[in-house]
Amino acid sequence: MTQLAKKRPEFRNIHAFKDLPSYRWPLAALVSGMHRISGLILFLLLPFIIWLFDKSVSSEISFGSFTAAFATGIGFVPAWFVKLVVLALIWSYLHHLAAGVRHLVLDVTHKTTKDFGRHSAAATLVFSIVLTLILGAKLFGLY
Amino acid sequence: MSATYGYKRTVVGAHYGWRDFLVQRITAVLIGVFTLLVLCKLLFTSGPIGYDTWAGIFAPQWMKALTFSVIVAVIWHAWVGVCSVWYDYAKPAGLRLVLQALSIIWLVSCGGWAVQVLWRL
Repeated sequence: MTQLAKKRPEFRNIHAFKDLPSYRWPLAALVSGMHRISGLILFLLLPFIIWLFDKSVSSEISFGSFTAAFATGIGFVPAWFVKLVVLALIWSYLHHLAAGVRHLVLDVTHKTTKDFGRHSAAATLVFSIVLTLILGAKLFGLY
Repeated sequence: MSATYGYKRTVVGAHYGWRDFLVQRITAVLIGVFTLLVLCKLLFTSGPIGYDTWAGIFAPQWMKALTFSVIVAVIWHAWVGVCSVWYDYAKPAGLRLVLQALSIIWLVSCGGWAVQVLWRL
């Protein structure tokens, strides 16, 4: 091979505002992108998750400050903001779990048809969004 | 020398991503099963869930041991996950190295904290 390899275009989805809106987003792609975003949110919120675990499990007194975080906030952070972060946590976990189960099903069954990809992606979205809405309503005291 | 690519490629030596692939799935199943277990314990308690019920779930030694494996699984799973994110978006090698180093510190610190909380119970 004497000819130099042609430089191929590279897509890294880094220019979120320039690139992402112009892409076509089939449901499976949306679920995949959200799988990555939810994973990153969980990664960044890991200390908060462990803080919740620490406070809720260590003693009666710390359990009190755990429940107080949702009633009056933590220090200067208001309760509504704590709830909002917990809501982000709930969505991220549910979506990551559902999209992960979808991956495992695809791995095991080899159902690589376009139809199954779209239907399982829709099921993933319905599962995570509906459960997030139900739990979020409970979190914000709507019922 | 005979060809070592295609279906004749050498399958020892480099990992070809196989270990990460497998680790990601095994740890995912463990985390999922653990979630179901804790959820079932919560759903099958009657009355409001106070401190005693909640802390009681993690009190038995077998549950502590299992939770410890889950902490390790989460750290490992997150490591494989963020690594692929850095591989995709952080192209300069130096930046990637810094991000990977910070991720290790972040994850190991979180793991240490979680283990401390668990064994104080």
